[in-house]
Amino acid sequence: MIMAIIIGMAIVTMVPRFIPSFIMEKITLRPWLNRWLNAIPFAALGALVFPGIMSVIPDQPWIGLLGGIVATVIALFNLNVIFAVVGAILTVFLLTM
Amino acid sequence: MESAETATNYRDEQSRVEAVKRGAVAGFPIVLGYLPIAIAYGVLAKQSGLTTFETTMMSVLVFAGAAQFMAANMIAQGALFLQIVIATFVLNFRHFVMSMSFMNKVRSLPLKWKFGLSIGLTDETFAVSSLNGEESKKKHGMYFFASLILVAYFSWVFGSFLGAMIGDALPATLSDSMGIALYAMFIGLLIPSVKKEWRVGVIALVAMSINYLLMEQISLDVGWAIVVSTILASLLGIGLLKEDES
Repeated sequence: MIMAIIIGMAIVTMVPRFIPSFIMEKITLRPWLNRWLNAIPFAALGALVFPGIMSVIPDQPWIGLLGGIVATVIALFNLNVIFAVVGAILTVFLLTM
Repeated sequence: MESAETATNYRDEQSRVEAVKRGAVAGFPIVLGYLPIAIAYGVLAKQSGLTTFETTMMSVLVFAGAAQFMAANMIAQGALFLQIVIATFVLNFRHFVMSMSFMNKVRSLPLKWKFGLSIGLTDETFAVSSLNGEESKKKHGMYFFASLILVAYFSWVFGSFLGAMIGDALPATLSDSMGIALYAMFIGLLIPSVKKEWRVGVIALVAMSINYLLMEQISLDVGWAIVVSTILASLLGIGLLKEDES
């Protein structure tokens, strides 16, 4: 029964992921639609970060926020993403010790 | 003539290997973020009554972190097949929107490659791939994306298996701290683009605000909230972005 659930989950996850590969094969887009689709990564990144980041430590939203601020500051120095990740982990680790 | 041909082939061969290497390097931050979360998922799934095989197979077949956590919880609470499948569809529908954007960016690649890459799209592989979108115009660009996605995929599957095998082995404070990893990665991906083009930052901030309103104020399902805020905020791009931006 659990395998049936897993296969059902796999199908409803996979189909929406691959349908666009066929859609984009068939159609060419007007420039304004291109600009819309090009903006999606940045909109998605925003939505994925906030407010989710406040639930890293569920009852202390400010810890997640501080980790995010540290990641932002590190990223502003043009360092590799890895440094932002490690810096944020260390920040949260020290704040929850 | 023959030696010139060999030289060309050799160069192509090299650049394919290079594309794989660069893809793996670009995917490495995802590995760092996935491993602790995958282990936590493995532990939770095992506690929810899944076998090690089922726990690992869910990662192999579904490859979607948030949905797998949710499913493990729902299985533990005795939810029905249809409830879990529908909830998964809602939570993962955002990948449709992301895939539309990414498939547009890599439209020059052959269909079979686009199909394969699209199946491996998660929030994380989408974000890193999109911000390296120019790779699709390079020779062997598909190897860059495939390598990036596979590195992330195997770390997710391996971490899940590890979590199911070893149980709760990471100290709680460490695994809690590592929960920030993927958020930090998203920020680390976003900031350089904002430095290059401030309008991109406006789009991200608007998406954050809409998402916050939808989730905290009207308690919309997190899956729909991300879909709606991503679509609405990216509409701003029509007026704000220039043609060549990707």
